[in-house]
Amino acid sequence: MAIDVVDDRFDATGHEPVISARDVRVWYGTTRGAIRAVDGVSFDLAPGETLGLVGESGCGKSTLGRGLMGLLPEGAKRDGQVLFRGQDIFRLSPKASYRLRGSELGMIFQEPLTRLNPLMRISQHFEETIKEHEPRLTKDEIRERALEVLRLMGIPPTRYRSYPHEFSGGMRQRLMIALALVLRPAFVVADEPTTALDVLVEAQIVQILNDLRRNFQTSLLLITHNVGIVAEACDRVAVMYAGRIVEQGKVAEVFKNPQHPYTRELLRSTISLHTTGLNYIPGAPPDLVDPPDGCRFHPRCPAAMDVCATKNPVNIERAGGGRVECWLAGPEDQIPEGGKRPLKQEELTVADEA
Amino acid sequence: MSRGGSGSLPRYILQRVLLVIPMIWVILTVVFLVLRVAPGDPVSAALGGKLDPQALAQARDRLGFNRPLIAQYWDYLSSVAHLDFGTTFSDNQPVLRVVRDNGGATLSLTLAAFVVALVVGIPLGLVAGRYRDSFPDAVIRLFGILSYAAPIFFVGFLLQVYVAAPLGLPTSGDASPITIFEVKPKTHILLVDALLSGNGTAIEDVLKHLLLPALTLGLLICGVFIRLVRVNMLMTMQADYVEAAEARGIRRRNVTWRHGFRNALVPVITVIGLQFALLLGGAVLTEATFNWPGLGQKLVLYINNRDYGAVQGIVTIFAIAVVLISLLVDIINALIDPRVRY
Amino acid sequence: MAGLRSTLTRPFTDTVGLARWMLVGGVVLTVIFVILAIFAPWIAPYGFAQASAHGVPFPKVGHPSSAHWFGTDRLFFDVLSRTIWGARTAMEVVILSIFVCVVIGVPLGLASGYYGGWFDRILVLIMDALYAFPSFLLAIVFSFLLTNAFGGSVLAVSMSLTAIYIPQYFRVVRNTTLSAKEATYVEAARAIGASDFAIMRRYLFGNVVQSVPVLGTLNAADAILTLAGLGFLGLGIQSTDAAEWGHDLNRALADAGSGVWWTGLYPGLAIVLLVTALTLVGEGLNETLNPTLRRRRLLPVVMPGRPADLPTGEEKH
Repeated sequence: MAIDVVDDRFDATGHEPVISARDVRVWYGTTRGAIRAVDGVSFDLAPGETLGLVGESGCGKSTLGRGLMGLLPEGAKRDGQVLFRGQDIFRLSPKASYRLRGSELGMIFQEPLTRLNPLMRISQHFEETIKEHEPRLTKDEIRERALEVLRLMGIPPTRYRSYPHEFSGGMRQRLMIALALVLRPAFVVADEPTTALDVLVEAQIVQILNDLRRNFQTSLLLITHNVGIVAEACDRVAVMYAGRIVEQGKVAEVFKNPQHPYTRELLRSTISLHTTGLNYIPGAPPDLVDPPDGCRFHPRCPAAMDVCATKNPVNIERAGGGRVECWLAGPEDQIPEGGKRPLKQEELTVADEA
Repeated sequence: MSRGGSGSLPRYILQRVLLVIPMIWVILTVVFLVLRVAPGDPVSAALGGKLDPQALAQARDRLGFNRPLIAQYWDYLSSVAHLDFGTTFSDNQPVLRVVRDNGGATLSLTLAAFVVALVVGIPLGLVAGRYRDSFPDAVIRLFGILSYAAPIFFVGFLLQVYVAAPLGLPTSGDASPITIFEVKPKTHILLVDALLSGNGTAIEDVLKHLLLPALTLGLLICGVFIRLVRVNMLMTMQADYVEAAEARGIRRRNVTWRHGFRNALVPVITVIGLQFALLLGGAVLTEATFNWPGLGQKLVLYINNRDYGAVQGIVTIFAIAVVLISLLVDIINALIDPRVRY
Repeated sequence: MAGLRSTLTRPFTDTVGLARWMLVGGVVLTVIFVILAIFAPWIAPYGFAQASAHGVPFPKVGHPSSAHWFGTDRLFFDVLSRTIWGARTAMEVVILSIFVCVVIGVPLGLASGYYGGWFDRILVLIMDALYAFPSFLLAIVFSFLLTNAFGGSVLAVSMSLTAIYIPQYFRVVRNTTLSAKEATYVEAARAIGASDFAIMRRYLFGNVVQSVPVLGTLNAADAILTLAGLGFLGLGIQSTDAAEWGHDLNRALADAGSGVWWTGLYPGLAIVLLVTALTLVGEGLNETLNPTLRRRRLLPVVMPGRPADLPTGEEKH
């Protein structure tokens, strides 16, 4: 499916994007059939830019992050094109992939405790990573690098030889971030980095992620279900639903003028100090083995039209910049006669609700 | 919740050591009760055929079986605390001396077999776990199961029929009579004494006798280690920190070694300790198969003689040894795994 | 009914490669032995303590021949018959001991885990002490004691085995109970006033019982080895009471030096085969029931090509 993304290829700074993803698909093999977790996703990421990838559980955002890194389980297959500095990282040999990981592509995981080897000191973790990619460095040089990045994360050198379990949750996540950044990768995927942490610690981590652009010029793909974090820490946002990005653009613009009904509902269900009643989206995300015809959101969409149930919406540029795929935003000329009639929705039974 | 350092190791050791005392007490109580639960009178069971009723009554009195149960229990506990494990009924020897004279043989066989089992079992288990479902994995697993399923007396039987007799290897005892005569018992462990004596022929003789039993027992036990190490390896390779290491670009080979093997072996240490304790129990069968003059054989002899005092004493010593070994294992575990030291 | 059938077949359909073959092999072998055990009187050519037929005594330590396929031993018994009858003895002893283990150990573990307190702590202490003991040694001691009471018989040996294996069931059940007890649905049941017994029966029992089959199968394998070991030492079942493979091996060992191989080979092989079969079944079950170890048969993923020239909005993604 050809997508017209000429406008987005160059961002405001005029630089080539660090990551250029085109029609990425990641499908899982199961005993039932293929789960189409990511089903045609395209986006660009400029240097030093943070893109927030937001959506419900099971929308495929985590899978996308892992798919980009190449950390998929057995039986999963990925497809599409992802250009990293001109190279298609989906077509690399395994050896080349390993070389990129850690040094150019980094990943920050959700639960920091289990991601560190309990039998290894922090120093050993750093030594291992740095040595793997730059084997010629001396032990002292390695130490220097590690302590430098730890200092930026607010971890004192006295803790360098401690074990993972001796740190609190927040410090562990900072350790993970430090470990992911020590080799200054150009692109980092952060998969729900604050979900497992309490609110105060979350704020610290968000601050660190914010500073990433300034200190490291890293491009960050921040995966989260927390819209508030996106508002605080991201330049642009991509809203994902059932394996597709339904809307993306600059954060301020998308949050002020959401054009996709799902984005609107997502923003409405966010809780803040002004919340007086709880809003939620009725129903549950679709079965990804056999997604519904047409727009995947149409069974739950309050503004669904007839055309939404039969034809896939077209990915077009949205008013105000960015992309959106929704028949409500057009293109008018592709909607058949009578397609704009409101769709008669089936009553969502209680059992359908998540 | 951050901790300063791992300085709590001495404290952990102290806690563990203190825990040993109630554990031993419970075991002693269990041993005492279990042996008293037997219907019939232990004394007449052991000596009934040999003494007339009057001497029997005297013996019963002398050995304290007429006293109330609580008094007997107290006697038992206090004598154990004084390291007095009683006397055998049938040949009137202090149990401690029986253990000293025969324990060395059991110990040397057990340790030798253990070395074989670890040296063979651990690498095979690691390979099987790393290359899951491949041909080597299948073969190794099958070997692991077969070695567990084959009783030592069956393998011993096969070896004697097909290997030992044709090759002229000794299949009985731990040394020829000449060696036993020549080597002076200093540590009461024959191998060590032979080495200390410097007598070449004696050393060779002892080793030749040790070869078949140790190899057999060792190969049969290694199955347990293979299976355990394999499963641990499987679970370790699926661990989150392994995936995180891959995300940092650490190559498969290094991940397998540094994260896989090392972490998979940690639970094995505990099992090694437990297996060692179990080995003491299995020694009975091995000694019977190869006519090895160890404590196990003695125990069976006393059992067939219904020698209650001997059985109680030997079992008590074994039980305490097991507890002490597991204490040692826990301490080693704490040394290796920093998470344990609270 | 369909649910039960799928539960029974899931270990076979979901596993892949080696795990499945081992499971299948183990089950087949076990079934063969069960058949031998049940139909021993009809399959075995002679009785297990039969030393003659039609008034003609059997040869002593006779070579395998057409009349005695596996030969005879030094007590004039037919080895083939004793091997087959041995299957029955093994099955009897093991099934009896595991049955009692489960009947005593599971409720004890359930109650101990659920109620906690002093009752639990004392039981745990006792069970741990028993568990820490070398099991074979314990078996020897128990058979020593029980033989005084029962004489060498199937019952005495079974009860010895029960005594050493109960701690395992107790432990596993107690641990599962402890974790299941904290589930919110249990808390909810208690809030609406369900009795302890009802809670245990309805919610905890199902969870807890899942680990028992694997434990039971692996236990059975170990029990047969222990039984044979006791028999080998002469502490278990006597030759004339029943046929027991370990005991036969004891006699065979004495003849090993003179090159007599048939008296020991067949009982020994029987032990190895049955224990291997049970272990394969137990491990196979463990791998399928334990989701982390399971290797599922995944359907391969086929991605349709990208028809870039089709008008957008019509192809189904």
